[in-house]
Amino acid sequence: MDYEFLWRPVFQALPQLLKASLVTIEVSILSMVIGSVIALFLFFARNAKYFMFRFLASVWIEVARNTPALFQLFFFKFGLGAIGIIIDSYITVVMALAFNTAGYMAETFRGGFNAVPSSQLNSARSLGMSFVQSQIYVVIPQVLKAVWHPMSNQFIWVMLMSSLGMLVGLRELSGETQFLYSKTFRAFEFFFVAAVIYYCIAKITLAIFRLIGWRLFRGNR
Amino acid sequence: MAINVFSDLQPKDILFLGEAALRTVEISILSITCGSLIGVVFGWLMSLGNKLIAFLVNAILDIFRSVPLIIQLILFDSFISILGYPLPAFVSGTIILSVYTAALVANVARGGIESVPIGLRRASRSLGMSYWQDLFYVVWPVGLRSVFPSWVGIALSVVKDSALVSVIGYIELLKASQILITRTQDTFVILAIVGFFYFLLSYPISKASEYIEKRWQQ
Repeated sequence: MDYEFLWRPVFQALPQLLKASLVTIEVSILSMVIGSVIALFLFFARNAKYFMFRFLASVWIEVARNTPALFQLFFFKFGLGAIGIIIDSYITVVMALAFNTAGYMAETFRGGFNAVPSSQLNSARSLGMSFVQSQIYVVIPQVLKAVWHPMSNQFIWVMLMSSLGMLVGLRELSGETQFLYSKTFRAFEFFFVAAVIYYCIAKITLAIFRLIGWRLFRGNR
Repeated sequence: MAINVFSDLQPKDILFLGEAALRTVEISILSITCGSLIGVVFGWLMSLGNKLIAFLVNAILDIFRSVPLIIQLILFDSFISILGYPLPAFVSGTIILSVYTAALVANVARGGIESVPIGLRRASRSLGMSYWQDLFYVVWPVGLRSVFPSWVGIALSVVKDSALVSVIGYIELLKASQILITRTQDTFVILAIVGFFYFLLSYPISKASEYIEKRWQQ
């Protein structure tokens, strides 16, 4: 083995990497929030009266779940680019990840809503709450509890998948690493540090999710 | 005089995509098989009841679940080059995908093994079965069956994640589509074909798994 490890360029670039990991976190939170909101709509659309709503929601969910995330990203970047809709890399990544997350979260929400007995909704309604009120104050808090754990997993997954940004030229943690690598040709060192940062982000995120979950749900166990 | 740099999509390009699709299927099947076998072994190790072993195995596998696959691939690829034994992209891709699969399968397998009631295991032991007989004839059929749907979910996600092996130079379906797009500039059509193919691969399996899950619940 005649390879000499050179860690100095990596440590010099550490501030850049940490700054880029903020972009990673930002992209993940944005995609997760947008994706979850859309997922809620998809869930309700799937049970809607109109065939068109049900059909569109099913198509969205099945396409999001049955094609690679990388394919979806390429589609938003190059596919839409080919018909003249050129979008910034940052927004493309958020769009693709939100699209994907919406599909997965819609299924998660379905499980969550199934876990809440229908008598809950009926009793809320009989107490004089409107449909929207009873959903917001009675059903959704319970759904949230049921989907909290899958949701934290999905968030980690989104965070890891945001690394695909490097393939469409987004300078998040992986993209920045790739860029620095191309300047120094220290592939192993740079990607190793990136891996460590990703691991730390994942662990910290999980801890935060646990903490919030513990605070939110400790009363009604 | 206009020079036509790009050539149109030809019938043989579809064949090219088809071959690439076969490579996607090939690397997926190989990785899922190897990864599941390794994963079941790790899952069994974690279910032994030894806290230290369970903790260590879980901590190691957790690394593979907490680092993006794309980084793992690049890291492994550059690491073996450093060691002086560069491997073909197919081999290093298979290795990393297998390890990644194993990391996911291990937890599922552990859940399956632990879902078998202890009474059932005691009963089989008291009927004179050895530990291994109990494991192969009682625990596996009962426990692994209960986690079969989760396993299908993992297998499908590995098929989709195999698209990432293109970053270390393996020409699978998505990479092949990129090559064709560069030549023909027919981005939309080619991406649609590729997406449709992935869908065709994954959708029937996921529906079949849902169906089986429902039937077993009855």
